[in-house]
Amino acid sequence: MMSTDASTIDLAHNEAVEHPDTVGMQALGFWLYLMSDLIIFATLFATFAVLGRNYAGGPTGKELFELPYVLGETLLLLFSSVTYGLVMLAVYNGRKKQVLIGLAVTFLLGLGFVLMEVNEFHSLIARGHGPDVSAFLSSYFTLVGTHGTHVTFGLIWMAVMIGQVAVKGLNSPVQSRLMRLSMFWHFLDIVWIGIFSIVYLMGVM
Amino acid sequence: MSQTAIDTAGAGRGSFNSYLTGFALSLILTAIPFALVMSGAWSFSVTLAAILCAGIVQILVHLHYFLHLGASSAARWNVLALMFTLAIMVLFVGGTIWIMFNLYHRMM
Repeated sequence: MMSTDASTIDLAHNEAVEHPDTVGMQALGFWLYLMSDLIIFATLFATFAVLGRNYAGGPTGKELFELPYVLGETLLLLFSSVTYGLVMLAVYNGRKKQVLIGLAVTFLLGLGFVLMEVNEFHSLIARGHGPDVSAFLSSYFTLVGTHGTHVTFGLIWMAVMIGQVAVKGLNSPVQSRLMRLSMFWHFLDIVWIGIFSIVYLMGVM
Repeated sequence: MSQTAIDTAGAGRGSFNSYLTGFALSLILTAIPFALVMSGAWSFSVTLAAILCAGIVQILVHLHYFLHLGASSAARWNVLALMFTLAIMVLFVGGTIWIMFNLYHRMM
Protein backbone atom coordinates (compact mmCIF):
# COMPACT_ATOMS: atom_id res chain seq x y z
CA MET A 1 0.00 0.00 0.00
CA MET A 2 2.86 2.38 0.58
CA SER A 3 6.14 0.85 -0.29
CA THR A 4 9.23 2.66 0.84
CA ASP A 5 11.38 0.41 -1.30
CA ALA A 6 13.55 2.54 -3.55
CA SER A 7 13.16 0.31 -6.62
CA THR A 8 9.38 0.46 -6.35
CA ILE A 9 9.46 4.24 -6.27
CA ASP A 10 11.70 4.28 -9.32
CA LEU A 11 9.26 1.97 -11.04
CA ALA A 12 6.42 4.31 -10.15
CA HIS A 13 8.40 7.17 -11.63
CA ASN A 14 9.08 5.29 -14.85
CA GLU A 15 5.45 4.34 -15.15
CA ALA A 16 4.47 7.94 -14.56
CA VAL A 17 6.33 8.84 -17.73
CA GLU A 18 4.29 6.37 -19.75
CA HIS A 19 1.01 6.82 -17.89
CA PRO A 20 0.55 10.44 -16.81
CA ASP A 21 -2.32 9.44 -14.54
CA THR A 22 -0.48 6.90 -12.37
CA VAL A 23 -1.55 8.70 -9.19
CA GLY A 24 -5.16 8.63 -10.37
CA MET A 25 -4.91 4.92 -11.13
CA GLN A 26 -3.44 4.27 -7.68
CA ALA A 27 -6.24 6.30 -6.09
CA LEU A 28 -8.87 4.33 -8.02
CA GLY A 29 -7.24 1.03 -7.05
CA PHE A 30 -7.24 2.09 -3.41
CA TRP A 31 -10.88 3.15 -3.75
CA LEU A 32 -11.73 -0.36 -4.98
CA TYR A 33 -10.01 -1.75 -1.86
CA LEU A 34 -12.15 0.60 0.26
CA MET A 35 -15.27 -0.70 -1.49
CA SER A 36 -14.32 -4.30 -0.61
CA ASP A 37 -13.74 -3.12 2.95
CA LEU A 38 -17.19 -1.56 2.87
CA ILE A 39 -18.64 -4.99 2.04
CA ILE A 40 -16.88 -6.44 5.11
CA PHE A 41 -18.52 -3.75 7.23
CA ALA A 42 -21.86 -4.41 5.51
CA THR A 43 -21.72 -8.08 6.54
CA LEU A 44 -20.82 -7.08 10.11
CA PHE A 45 -23.72 -4.59 10.17
CA ALA A 46 -26.04 -7.32 8.84
CA THR A 47 -24.81 -9.66 11.60
CA PHE A 48 -25.44 -6.98 14.20
CA ALA A 49 -28.90 -6.27 12.76
CA VAL A 50 -29.81 -9.94 13.22
CA LEU A 51 -28.14 -10.56 16.61
CA GLY A 52 -28.25 -7.09 18.14
CA ARG A 53 -31.34 -7.76 20.28
CA ASN A 54 -30.40 -11.29 21.41
CA TYR A 55 -29.34 -10.42 24.95
CA ALA A 56 -29.40 -14.00 26.34
CA GLY A 57 -30.35 -12.62 29.76
CA GLY A 58 -27.33 -10.29 29.67
CA PRO A 59 -27.35 -6.49 29.64
CA THR A 60 -29.01 -4.49 26.87
CA GLY A 61 -27.56 -1.60 24.91
CA LYS A 62 -29.73 0.74 26.92
CA GLU A 63 -28.02 -0.35 30.13
CA LEU A 64 -24.47 -0.30 28.73
CA PHE A 65 -24.08 2.61 26.32
CA GLU A 66 -23.37 6.14 27.52
CA LEU A 67 -24.35 8.53 24.75
CA PRO A 68 -22.28 11.56 25.92
CA TYR A 69 -19.20 9.33 25.78
CA VAL A 70 -20.10 8.14 22.26
CA LEU A 71 -20.72 11.76 21.23
CA GLY A 72 -17.19 12.56 22.43
CA GLU A 73 -15.75 9.74 20.29
CA THR A 74 -17.80 10.95 17.32
CA LEU A 75 -16.56 14.53 17.66
CA LEU A 76 -12.91 13.40 17.91
CA LEU A 77 -13.24 11.45 14.67
CA LEU A 78 -15.11 14.28 12.93
CA PHE A 79 -12.50 16.86 14.00
CA SER A 80 -9.74 14.55 12.78
CA SER A 81 -11.45 14.23 9.40
CA VAL A 82 -11.48 18.01 9.02
CA THR A 83 -7.87 18.44 10.15
CA TYR A 84 -6.83 15.79 7.62
CA GLY A 85 -8.71 17.75 4.96
CA LEU A 86 -6.64 20.80 5.93
CA VAL A 87 -3.50 18.63 5.65
CA MET A 88 -4.40 17.85 2.03
CA LEU A 89 -4.87 21.59 1.31
CA ALA A 90 -1.39 22.22 2.77
CA VAL A 91 -0.04 19.36 0.59
CA TYR A 92 -1.44 21.00 -2.56
CA ASN A 93 0.13 24.30 -1.50
CA GLY A 94 3.47 22.59 -0.80
CA ARG A 95 3.60 23.74 2.84
CA LYS A 96 5.63 21.02 4.51
CA LYS A 97 5.53 22.44 8.03
CA GLN A 98 1.75 22.85 7.96
CA VAL A 99 1.43 19.28 6.67
CA LEU A 100 3.51 17.95 9.57
CA ILE A 101 1.58 19.95 12.19
CA GLY A 102 -1.75 18.91 10.64
CA LEU A 103 -0.77 15.24 10.54
CA ALA A 104 0.35 15.40 14.18
CA VAL A 105 -2.95 16.99 15.26
CA THR A 106 -4.94 14.44 13.23
CA PHE A 107 -2.87 11.64 14.75
CA LEU A 108 -3.56 12.85 18.30
CA LEU A 109 -7.32 13.17 17.63
CA GLY A 110 -7.38 9.66 16.14
CA LEU A 111 -5.33 8.35 19.06
CA GLY A 112 -7.83 9.95 21.45
CA PHE A 113 -10.64 8.12 19.67
CA VAL A 114 -8.85 4.75 19.87
CA LEU A 115 -7.99 5.27 23.54
CA MET A 116 -11.61 6.15 24.36
CA GLU A 117 -12.76 3.00 22.58
CA VAL A 118 -10.16 0.81 24.30
CA ASN A 119 -11.25 2.30 27.62
CA GLU A 120 -14.90 1.58 26.77
CA PHE A 121 -14.14 -2.04 25.83
CA HIS A 122 -11.98 -2.48 28.91
CA SER A 123 -14.64 -1.19 31.28
CA LEU A 124 -17.31 -3.38 29.61
CA ILE A 125 -15.18 -6.50 29.97
CA ALA A 126 -14.09 -5.57 33.50
CA ARG A 127 -17.75 -5.29 34.53
CA GLY A 128 -18.38 -8.78 33.11
CA HIS A 129 -20.01 -7.65 29.86
CA GLY A 130 -17.46 -9.20 27.49
CA PRO A 131 -18.13 -10.57 23.99
CA ASP A 132 -18.83 -14.05 25.43
CA VAL A 133 -21.95 -12.92 27.33
CA SER A 134 -24.50 -12.74 24.51
CA ALA A 135 -24.92 -12.67 20.74
CA PHE A 136 -25.60 -8.93 21.07
CA LEU A 137 -22.23 -8.31 22.73
CA SER A 138 -20.38 -10.67 20.35
CA SER A 139 -21.66 -8.82 17.28
CA TYR A 140 -21.14 -5.44 19.02
CA PHE A 141 -17.49 -6.15 19.85
CA THR A 142 -16.84 -7.56 16.36
CA LEU A 143 -18.35 -4.62 14.49
CA VAL A 144 -17.03 -1.78 16.66
CA GLY A 145 -13.71 -3.58 17.21
CA THR A 146 -13.15 -4.04 13.47
CA HIS A 147 -13.67 -0.31 12.96
CA GLY A 148 -11.31 0.46 15.85
CA THR A 149 -8.67 -1.84 14.36
CA HIS A 150 -8.96 0.01 11.05
CA VAL A 151 -8.47 3.34 12.82
CA THR A 152 -5.43 1.90 14.63
CA PHE A 153 -3.86 0.83 11.34
CA GLY A 154 -4.68 4.27 9.95
CA LEU A 155 -2.73 5.76 12.88
CA ILE A 156 0.28 3.51 12.14
CA TRP A 157 0.10 4.58 8.48
CA MET A 158 -0.13 8.22 9.57
CA ALA A 159 2.93 7.88 11.83
CA VAL A 160 4.87 6.43 8.89
CA MET A 161 3.72 9.30 6.68
CA ILE A 162 4.85 11.89 9.26
CA GLY A 163 8.27 10.27 9.03
CA GLN A 164 8.22 10.21 5.22
CA VAL A 165 7.17 13.86 4.93
CA ALA A 166 9.86 14.87 7.42
CA VAL A 167 12.61 12.88 5.66
CA LYS A 168 11.63 12.87 1.98
CA GLY A 169 9.58 16.05 1.79
CA LEU A 170 6.44 16.39 -0.32
CA ASN A 171 7.60 14.53 -3.42
CA SER A 172 5.15 12.91 -5.81
CA PRO A 173 4.97 9.40 -4.24
CA VAL A 174 4.57 10.89 -0.76
CA GLN A 175 1.76 13.16 -1.99
CA SER A 176 0.07 10.17 -3.60
CA ARG A 177 0.27 8.17 -0.35
CA LEU A 178 -1.04 11.11 1.69
CA MET A 179 -4.03 11.30 -0.63
CA ARG A 180 -4.80 7.60 -0.27
CA LEU A 181 -4.51 7.91 3.52
CA SER A 182 -7.02 10.78 3.34
CA MET A 183 -9.44 8.51 1.47
CA PHE A 184 -8.93 5.80 4.13
CA TRP A 185 -9.45 8.27 6.98
CA HIS A 186 -12.63 9.87 5.56
CA PHE A 187 -13.94 6.39 4.76
CA LEU A 188 -13.53 5.31 8.40
CA ASP A 189 -15.43 8.40 9.53
CA ILE A 190 -18.29 7.41 7.21
CA VAL A 191 -18.36 3.88 8.67
CA TRP A 192 -18.49 5.45 12.15
CA ILE A 193 -21.65 7.38 11.16
CA GLY A 194 -23.29 3.98 10.57
CA ILE A 195 -21.99 2.66 13.89
CA PHE A 196 -23.15 5.52 16.09
CA SER A 197 -26.53 5.65 14.32
CA ILE A 198 -27.34 1.94 14.25
CA VAL A 199 -25.39 0.47 17.17
CA TYR A 200 -25.43 3.23 19.77
CA LEU A 201 -28.40 5.52 19.08
CA MET A 202 -30.81 2.77 18.04
CA GLY A 203 -29.39 0.49 20.73
CA VAL A 204 -30.28 2.97 23.45
CA MET A 205 -33.82 3.58 22.22
CA MET B 1 3.80 17.07 -12.78
CA SER B 2 2.81 15.94 -9.33
CA GLN B 3 0.30 18.75 -9.02
CA THR B 4 -1.51 17.80 -12.20
CA ALA B 5 -1.33 14.14 -11.23
CA ILE B 6 -3.08 14.93 -7.93
CA ASP B 7 -5.61 17.07 -9.80
CA THR B 8 -6.82 14.23 -11.99
CA ALA B 9 -6.73 11.67 -9.18
CA GLY B 10 -9.89 9.89 -8.17
CA ALA B 11 -10.53 11.57 -4.86
CA GLY B 12 -10.43 15.11 -6.24
CA ARG B 13 -9.58 18.08 -4.04
CA GLY B 14 -11.49 20.46 -1.87
CA SER B 15 -11.07 24.00 -0.66
CA PHE B 16 -10.95 25.48 2.82
CA ASN B 17 -14.55 26.61 2.48
CA SER B 18 -15.80 23.20 1.32
CA TYR B 19 -14.15 21.49 4.32
CA LEU B 20 -15.64 24.13 6.64
CA THR B 21 -19.11 23.69 5.11
CA GLY B 22 -18.85 19.91 5.39
CA PHE B 23 -17.73 20.22 9.00
CA ALA B 24 -20.59 22.53 9.97
CA LEU B 25 -23.19 20.31 8.26
CA SER B 26 -21.71 17.20 9.92
CA LEU B 27 -21.85 18.82 13.36
CA ILE B 28 -25.53 19.69 12.87
CA LEU B 29 -26.37 16.25 11.47
CA THR B 30 -24.61 14.60 14.43
CA ALA B 31 -26.23 16.87 17.01
CA ILE B 32 -29.80 16.29 15.77
CA PRO B 33 -30.04 12.49 16.27
CA PHE B 34 -28.06 12.59 19.56
CA ALA B 35 -30.33 15.35 20.92
CA LEU B 36 -33.46 13.49 19.84
CA VAL B 37 -32.43 10.22 21.49
CA MET B 38 -31.07 11.86 24.65
CA SER B 39 -34.15 14.01 25.19
CA GLY B 40 -36.60 11.31 24.08
CA ALA B 41 -38.86 14.10 22.92
CA TRP B 42 -40.36 12.29 19.95
CA SER B 43 -42.03 8.91 19.62
CA PHE B 44 -40.01 5.75 18.87
CA SER B 45 -40.78 5.46 15.16
CA VAL B 46 -40.30 9.16 14.41
CA THR B 47 -36.95 9.20 16.23
CA LEU B 48 -35.90 6.06 14.35
CA ALA B 49 -36.72 7.67 11.01
CA ALA B 50 -34.89 10.87 12.04
CA ILE B 51 -31.74 8.89 12.97
CA LEU B 52 -31.77 7.09 9.61
CA CYS B 53 -32.38 10.28 7.62
CA ALA B 54 -29.67 12.26 9.49
CA GLY B 55 -27.24 9.35 9.04
CA ILE B 56 -27.83 9.01 5.30
CA VAL B 57 -27.62 12.76 4.73
CA GLN B 58 -24.41 12.95 6.78
CA ILE B 59 -22.87 10.13 4.72
CA LEU B 60 -23.74 12.06 1.55
CA VAL B 61 -22.23 15.23 3.07
CA HIS B 62 -19.00 13.36 3.83
CA LEU B 63 -18.85 11.83 0.35
CA HIS B 64 -19.36 15.23 -1.24
CA TYR B 65 -17.33 17.58 0.95
CA PHE B 66 -14.56 15.26 2.24
CA LEU B 67 -14.16 12.62 -0.49
CA HIS B 68 -15.20 15.01 -3.29
CA LEU B 69 -17.33 12.51 -5.14
CA GLY B 70 -19.47 14.07 -7.81
CA ALA B 71 -20.33 14.07 -11.46
CA SER B 72 -16.85 15.13 -12.60
CA SER B 73 -15.14 12.74 -14.99
CA ALA B 74 -12.29 12.12 -12.52
CA ALA B 75 -14.71 10.76 -9.94
CA ARG B 76 -16.89 8.83 -12.38
CA TRP B 77 -15.26 5.44 -11.86
CA ASN B 78 -15.26 5.95 -8.10
CA VAL B 79 -18.98 6.69 -8.14
CA LEU B 80 -19.61 3.70 -10.41
CA ALA B 81 -17.70 1.38 -8.05
CA LEU B 82 -19.59 2.85 -5.10
CA MET B 83 -22.95 2.24 -6.83
CA PHE B 84 -22.00 -1.37 -7.51
CA THR B 85 -20.89 -1.82 -3.90
CA LEU B 86 -24.13 -0.29 -2.63
CA ALA B 87 -26.09 -2.78 -4.74
CA ILE B 88 -24.15 -5.66 -3.17
CA MET B 89 -24.66 -4.16 0.29
CA VAL B 90 -28.42 -3.94 -0.26
CA LEU B 91 -28.42 -7.63 -1.29
CA PHE B 92 -26.28 -8.65 1.72
CA VAL B 93 -27.91 -6.59 4.43
CA GLY B 94 -31.45 -6.57 3.04
CA GLY B 95 -31.35 -10.28 2.19
CA THR B 96 -29.93 -11.24 5.58
CA ILE B 97 -32.51 -9.22 7.50
CA TRP B 98 -35.33 -10.53 5.30
CA ILE B 99 -34.40 -14.21 5.68
CA MET B 100 -33.51 -14.11 9.37
CA PHE B 101 -36.57 -12.15 10.49
CA ASN B 102 -38.78 -14.35 8.34
CA LEU B 103 -37.32 -17.37 10.16
CA TYR B 104 -37.73 -15.59 13.48
CA HIS B 105 -41.44 -15.01 12.92
CA ARG B 106 -41.99 -18.60 11.75
CA MET B 107 -40.33 -19.91 14.91
CA MET B 108 -42.50 -17.77 17.18
